[in-house]
Amino acid sequence: MAEQGTPVPFRGGGFAPRAKRGVGVVVFIALIALVEWGTRSGWISSLTLPRPSDVLATFGELWSSGRLWEHLAPSLTRFAVGSLFGVCAGIGVGFAIGLFSYARAGLVPLVAALFPIPKIALLPLFVIWFGIDEASKYALIAFGTFTPTVVATYGAVDNVDRTLIRMGQSFGLSWWSIVRKIVLPGAMPGILSGLRISLAIAIILLVAAEMLGAQRGIGAYILEAGSLYDLERLFAGVTILSLLGVAVSFAIGAIEKRLLRWRN
Amino acid sequence: MQLSLVGVAHAYGDADVLTDITLDIPGGRILCIVGPSGCGKSTLLRLIGGLERPTRGQILQMGRAPEGCLNPLTYVFQDFALLPWRSVAGNVRLVLEDHGLPGAEARRIVTDVLARTRLSDFADALPRQLSGGMKQRVAIARALAVNPAVMLMDEPLSALDSQTRELLMDDLVALWTRAPFTSVYVTHNLAEAVRLGHRIVVLSRRPGRIAEMVDIDIPLAERTADHPDLARQQQHLWSIMRDEARAADSELVDG
Ligand SMILES: Nc1ncnc2c1ncn2[C@@H]1O[C@H](COP(=O)(O)OP(=O)(O)OP(=O)(O)O)[C@@H](O)[C@H]1O
Ligand SMILES: [Mg+2]
Repeated sequence: MAEQGTPVPFRGGGFAPRAKRGVGVVVFIALIALVEWGTRSGWISSLTLPRPSDVLATFGELWSSGRLWEHLAPSLTRFAVGSLFGVCAGIGVGFAIGLFSYARAGLVPLVAALFPIPKIALLPLFVIWFGIDEASKYALIAFGTFTPTVVATYGAVDNVDRTLIRMGQSFGLSWWSIVRKIVLPGAMPGILSGLRISLAIAIILLVAAEMLGAQRGIGAYILEAGSLYDLERLFAGVTILSLLGVAVSFAIGAIEKRLLRWRN
Repeated sequence: MQLSLVGVAHAYGDADVLTDITLDIPGGRILCIVGPSGCGKSTLLRLIGGLERPTRGQILQMGRAPEGCLNPLTYVFQDFALLPWRSVAGNVRLVLEDHGLPGAEARRIVTDVLARTRLSDFADALPRQLSGGMKQRVAIARALAVNPAVMLMDEPLSALDSQTRELLMDDLVALWTRAPFTSVYVTHNLAEAVRLGHRIVVLSRRPGRIAEMVDIDIPLAERTADHPDLARQQQHLWSIMRDEARAADSELVDG
């Protein structure tokens, strides 16, 4: 008699998260709806959280009065200038560490020493060095993005497939060609994922710098709202920062999609 | 162009890898190097191509590289070593870019080598879209593009399945028959060695010495998988290698 078979139990699957369109938006909307409902029904007191619709109204007012731009423009400039300097210098130094023994021996301990310093603590020093104006804010953001970029870049350069480099040498490519055409594209995935972290740090430092000494900027706006305990404006400012973070992450995603098309 | 190795020896630290290799690599022929795993075949090839310096002995080029040769000593790697971010044509073009060729000339070379390796239809494909055999054909096309005087091939077929290997061997024979090239071909597969080699060098286990040198006079085009002479040669080579391989297999790598 043939034995009755049972199906082999399925044990595979999972561990492969995929992008599901719209889920992120649904999470946001659900959370906001919950807070809106809670504040309206009195379950959340108005001292704990502002009503989302009021925050939106404040935001709309900010927009229509043109004051949004007044605060956003200097913030974006500081963010762009500071992180541009920090990231460029970081990639340069990261490549030097990845390519030259002396740079590695000399700079890796230095970077390790600089990395854990809370850069905000150095702001008074930067103010003395670069003045109270824009330069000290640029310097703070640049310095804050510099160290994570260095670490990500030299890690990425170290991870470039050595057989590809040996291939380049065996075909007599010049050193510069090997760096440009093999090392740089090979390190690009690591550099870009480091950039995500560096730029998030840049946003944090941007606000910190503006809280310590600025008339205009998102950080100044939030600080002012906070000292008046104006929760609607505080949250409007925080929302702008979140949106800035999302925009940066989206931009890097777009760059990755374009530059790393060769992967998967 | 010919190459000549005189008393070449190599050591990594205290570990001798190669001892006393004296060998002529004749022009226009394929020299196969076989030997047990870890006996220094890849090391020897790196020495011949100038990617490493021998500890002792000399590696000499006899005569000058022929006219139009862009990279006299050119490798084909076991793992293909294609740039994943460049298309097939881009990978071939890479090795021409540093030579200041006019654009039209470079394009002509790329088209020509892709046609010779039957890859013309895949010029714009990325490496990840290709099968293993096609990847290795791209690597061979890239090597042909620089018009090498000597092709240094390190187990070029080892990463491929046996059917693909047969087909690529036919391709190599066809390429050689059309335009004979000089090649040093490292393999651990004796069937490949007797199919492709005009001369076969058997290395002993580490530290590698030349244990035996065999010449096969049958023209490449006439060698079939079931040729009786080849089967006999293969048997003969295996009998030499078996003891070395067995001894090598029971040694600690760094002992
Ligand atoms: N860069 C290196 N540093 C130290 N030891 C090395 C290095 N490269 C190879 N060796 C050692 O030298 C010996 C010969 O290595 P090689 O790769 O030349 O052998 P092979 O004959 O090509 O082996 P296989 O058949 O496995 O490819 C091995 O024992 C290996 O461990
Ligand atoms: Mg090897």
